[in-house]
Order: sequence, then C-alpha cells, then structure tokens
Amino acid sequence: MDKLKITVAITGLNNTDNPGPGIPVIRGLKDSELLDVKVIGLAYENLEPGIHMHDHVDVSYMIPYPSSGTEAYLNRILEIHQEEHIDLIIPNLDAELYTFIKLESILQKHNIKTYLPSFQQLDERNKGNLENYGKKYNINVPKGTTITSYHEINHLKEEFDYPILVKGKFYDAYVAYSKEEVISHFNKISAKWGLPVIIQEYVKGTEVNVVALGDGKGNTIAAIPMRKQYITDKGKAWGGVTLNDDKLLTITRNLIKDSAWKGGMELEMIRTNDDKYYLIEINPRIPAWVYLAVGAGQNIPEALALLAMGKEVKPMFNYEIGKIFIRYSYDLIGDMADLEKISIQGKI
Amino acid sequence: MKVSNNISISKSGFVFDSKTGESYSLNGIAKEIMELLVEGRSEEEIIEYITTKYDVSPELFARHLDDYIQMLSHFNLTENE
Repeated sequence: MDKLKITVAITGLNNTDNPGPGIPVIRGLKDSELLDVKVIGLAYENLEPGIHMHDHVDVSYMIPYPSSGTEAYLNRILEIHQEEHIDLIIPNLDAELYTFIKLESILQKHNIKTYLPSFQQLDERNKGNLENYGKKYNINVPKGTTITSYHEINHLKEEFDYPILVKGKFYDAYVAYSKEEVISHFNKISAKWGLPVIIQEYVKGTEVNVVALGDGKGNTIAAIPMRKQYITDKGKAWGGVTLNDDKLLTITRNLIKDSAWKGGMELEMIRTNDDKYYLIEINPRIPAWVYLAVGAGQNIPEALALLAMGKEVKPMFNYEIGKIFIRYSYDLIGDMADLEKISIQGKI
Repeated sequence: MKVSNNISISKSGFVFDSKTGESYSLNGIAKEIMELLVEGRSEEEIIEYITTKYDVSPELFARHLDDYIQMLSHFNLTENE
C-alpha cells in the first residue's frame, strides 16, 4: 500500500533535560508504515536540539513566540507555508495552544490542518479550574485554589494543612512545608510564569500518568498508562514503564467520552495506598514520553496525523505491559555555519 | 494470603508488579519461596517443603517466612483471599 505523503510542521523541538514532545512525536511519525512524512521544525530558539537533528527534522524555521501577537505568529506560519505547503501542524507546547486554537479556522482556509481541543475543553481543564472539572466529570481532584498576592498566603492555613503544592499556571510545581516556603515558591513561579499561582492539597501516593488520544466524538483512540521510574530534579521522567491498570484506563476513557476530548492529552494522577485516583493535572497535548506508547504498540502521533487528515482510525486497546523507556543525552556536533543560517535566515 | 495477580517472576528472580511498575530482585531462596506462594501453597506446606530440602529448623524458618510475607504485604505484593 502506498504511504500517504504529508508535510507536518512540529513545535517543541527543545529536546533538552526538560524535553518538549517534538522529537518523540517526529519519531512516531517517521516510524509509521502508513505515512511518508516531511517534517518541518518550528523553533523559538536557535539552539533547540531538534533544529540540528537532520535525520529527524527535514527543514527548520524560526518562528516568533506566541506572546509577540497572533498576527505576527500567523504571518510567519503562512510565510513558511508558501515555501513548504504544510498539510498539518502539531503544536506541542502548552503556551502556544491558545494561539493555535484561535488560528484554527484561518489555517484551515489555507489547507493547514490541526487536531486540537476546543477553547472550552482547554479552558475548563486549567489548573485553576480543576476542582470544578472534577465535579463536572466525576473525578477525584485534590482541593485547590489560586492566589495572586502575598496577602492570600496568610490565609492558606485556614483551608489547607501543610505540606501543600505550589504550581505555576503552565509549568513547575513545588512542595511547601511552611508559609515561608510558599512565599519563596510563589516568587519564583510568578516571576517565571506569571499569575495566578495555584495552591493544591498534597495527596500522598504514587504518581501515574496516561497518554491518550481522543477523536472529539467521545472515542478514546489510544491510551497507555505509565509510571515514572526515575525523575530528574526538574520533575521530568528519565525512565518509565507501561502499566497494567484497568481502573486508570477506565477513568481515562470515561473522561474522554464525557468531555468529547479532541487531540492528544496526558493525565497526571495520584494513586493512593487505598487505590483511589486523584487527578492532579491534564496536559492538553501529547507528552514528551509518547515514544514509549509507540514502542508499546500504540503509535499515537501517527493516529493523530491520520485523524487530522480525515482518515479513519480504529481505537487501539492492546499494548505491551512492562515496556520501559530510558532517556539519554547525546552531544550533537554541528557547524557554526548552521547556527549562522538559522540565526540570520531563520531557516536551515 | 495470596500473591497479587499483577506479579510476574522471571527465571532469574526478577519480579515485576505490572500495576505499580515496581520491580524487585530476589535471591535464590526468596525466589523459590515466592514460586511456592504463587503456586498457592500454604505457609505450613512451604515450611515442610523448605525444612525437608534444607538444613533449617521449622521454628527458625517459620519466623523468617513470616518476616518475608510481611515484607511482601508491605510492598503490596499480596492480596487478601
């Protein structure tokens, strides 16, 4: 059977010690026996490793940060589209999703497809809304609140017992054992990610995660549970293993059914010693450990691309339990001329 | 006491709990006892088997077996029947 030839633009090429999902997504696409993919890398910084991984990324372009404005962002994408005829964009970073959802219909007019959740789906799972989300979809969530000032930190002891979690609206989470530690984390997080800062009850147990793909009609196309086996000082998985956890998969499938979730997602849950599950976060995109799912038998990036291209994809239920991943770092050798090209011409 | 269904033991004594993702390494005798537990042998049967096969008194082995089973339970590797 002939492979479907497509050009896919991908962000999140920051394959560092806090990796974006771009390279693992590309590996899934390149492994596909159904797709013949030309990969266009979209990068924000000229040292994002993906730009320099020429066996994974065919051409890379610099793009402005979403904070530079939707118009500038769109213009750059369309400029690249003129050269590359992009069929599909897979954004992989939380901070750019709002912009891509906003641009979805315009991109569609230019024949650029996306496969993303709706504004409502993105918004209702925001860390600050998690309690309401839990009530709406009948999932246990830790007690939480949002704060925007020091003044509110003084009142936390009336509602929470220490330790508590202090989280940024996009990334970062720290455990605080006292008011002083909350202040310190609040300063660090608000300087980096802005306000509000999220305060969450600390639920004791084991963190388990699921990578999943919803088709927007309530069907779970793929879902694989994983436990991190080794965590870096940034809280990122450096090793993980696929689990046999039917209860967790049922929670995932019910959530995707009830919310009609469209696109990739990662559920972060805590399993307590008495076998209860608490949702601590939903990442509204494919996570960086997605290649474990590919290795375990569910090629989620391929399925997402096929769905986006209007192809039928049957739900996948089987996967290998006890499949592990181990991340590693690797020194790429490049030429200064490459850095010059991407910095001056914005393309390599 | 029953060993959890999620447990698999390799020939080398490597134990994997597919629900929690935890793995453990067993020495020779720990593996032998674990295999007997997986077969569904009772504690009395295991004591008889091991003390017949090895030079150890039933009283001493019973104490060690009890510790071992407590440890399995602590790591959630057992289920109540």
